[in-house]
Amino acid sequence: MSGSNAISGITVVGAIIAAGANDDSWLTTVLGTSAVVLATVNVVGGYLVTDRMLGMFRKKSIADAAVKKGAGK
Amino acid sequence: MKPELLINLAYIVAFILFILGLKMLGRQSSARRGNAISSLGMLLAVVVTLLDHHVVNYTWIMVGLGLGTAIGVVCARVVKMTSMPEMVALLNGFGGLASLLVGWAEYGKIRHLGWSAYLDSFAGTPAFTSAAIFLAVFIGGVTFTGSIYAFCKLAELVSGRPVLFRSQQLVNALLGFVLFAAGLVFVVTGQPDLALIAFSAFLAVSLILGWTLVMPIGGGDMPVVISMLNSLSGLAACAAGFVIANNVLVVAGCPVGTSGLILTAVMCKAMNRSLSHVLFSGFGAVPAASSAGGAGADGGASAITGELKPISPEDVFSVLEAARQVVIIPGYGMAVSQAQHVVRELSKRLENNGAEVRFAIHPVAGRMPGHMNVLLAEANVPYEQLVEMDAINPLMPHMDVAIVIGANDVVNPAAANDRASPIYGMPIIKAHEARTVICLKRGKGAGFSGLENQLFLLPNTRMLYGDAKATLQAVSAEFKNLASG
Repeated sequence: MSGSNAISGITVVGAIIAAGANDDSWLTTVLGTSAVVLATVNVVGGYLVTDRMLGMFRKKSIADAAVKKGAGK
Repeated sequence: MKPELLINLAYIVAFILFILGLKMLGRQSSARRGNAISSLGMLLAVVVTLLDHHVVNYTWIMVGLGLGTAIGVVCARVVKMTSMPEMVALLNGFGGLASLLVGWAEYGKIRHLGWSAYLDSFAGTPAFTSAAIFLAVFIGGVTFTGSIYAFCKLAELVSGRPVLFRSQQLVNALLGFVLFAAGLVFVVTGQPDLALIAFSAFLAVSLILGWTLVMPIGGGDMPVVISMLNSLSGLAACAAGFVIANNVLVVAGCPVGTSGLILTAVMCKAMNRSLSHVLFSGFGAVPAASSAGGAGADGGASAITGELKPISPEDVFSVLEAARQVVIIPGYGMAVSQAQHVVRELSKRLENNGAEVRFAIHPVAGRMPGHMNVLLAEANVPYEQLVEMDAINPLMPHMDVAIVIGANDVVNPAAANDRASPIYGMPIIKAHEARTVICLKRGKGAGFSGLENQLFLLPNTRMLYGDAKATLQAVSAEFKNLASG
């Protein structure tokens, strides 16, 4: 679930377009930049958190492999 | 090649990477690579967007990307494994707020430049773009405050119990009406001032509505809520995509929206309840009008009147020492007390003592799907020892001891035999069929959902009070003494 959560941060693309416009309006710049920050947190945090959680499973399978190896001796 | 064409081609590649990544996430062996592939797609989408001709000013984008990355990295590194559900809720809220801000910023541009200049650069008609702005702001707003409230409930900053007040449904319906009325005015009116008033109205109402919608939902149902909010944040991104006529937002938002909805439906099914029941019933607000009398009144079930029988860690040791078949049923309480490593240690000692140990995982145990699996994996519990509910239940009568660690509703027999119980019909792990049940609990109060648990009152149940980590350590220490002594 947190994997698809990170994808919902795709709105970062919209935020970049909103923040990058040159229309001399401070309101747009503030809103756009805030959107970029928030969406980036969503994307980066989402992927890293997912990776960390999945890493828990991986660590375990390595431990398993080690145990099996040990048993084989 | 024209940059527009290049950008759109890159978006298609990014989208393929998302789908491929999501598909690989579904299998345990490829999940981590799938996540990496999906993030690669995201990186590609971000990089090519910088080439978009709408983007002329890079300073603030770089500030935003840098700041966001720093915050994201720190959060993801610092957050504890047990706090993952809150973290996911919070990130989701950020995504929703970002979509809201995109909608708002575009509306700001329209006010600044006027419609004709704006529509020169983005395809659309005033009505279409207005409708898309309305949807992005409204869905993003509900997602944001809803997620923040869910975060507060999960982090126990506010009570996990449902908050109900009189005519709550009426208030929500009224808010919804105002929201859509303002949206309609915003889309059809040609007057800039009236549009601004309508915009402010639905911006404010959507933020309030997110809050009031999550309010009556009990803490136990938060996984469903988060999955639904996740789905909404995808739809908000989708709407933002229509505002700026950007394909990748539209097509990437959709799978998030639908996969979230499917997961929501799966979880509701696991609890044998409808989504509307989860969202609107104020589930668990009436604490156990059922427990004793209700059960007897409807005939089939025997009335359960018993008392809570405490047990000491030493006595738990004596019970476990003689046990050959042990099943451990973890719940949110294990996450709270960070007991997973001690649980693993105890299970190893039990195995050394000749017992067979299984872990029974209920589909909605914990505060997010797969919560228990992640924690037990962290503590190196072998995957093969995890048994799903449907597989463990037939074996339950053969179990010498069932150890319930901070789980409550998922083992409450009322779900099976008490028609008056709010959770009646929810599939449970039948811990009560084991010869002896040991329940670890922080204190005597009702659980997170606010329901009394008949299991705790059964004659074969013993209560081990205290912090699960500390009490399990004490039990485990007894085994250690046995081994050394």
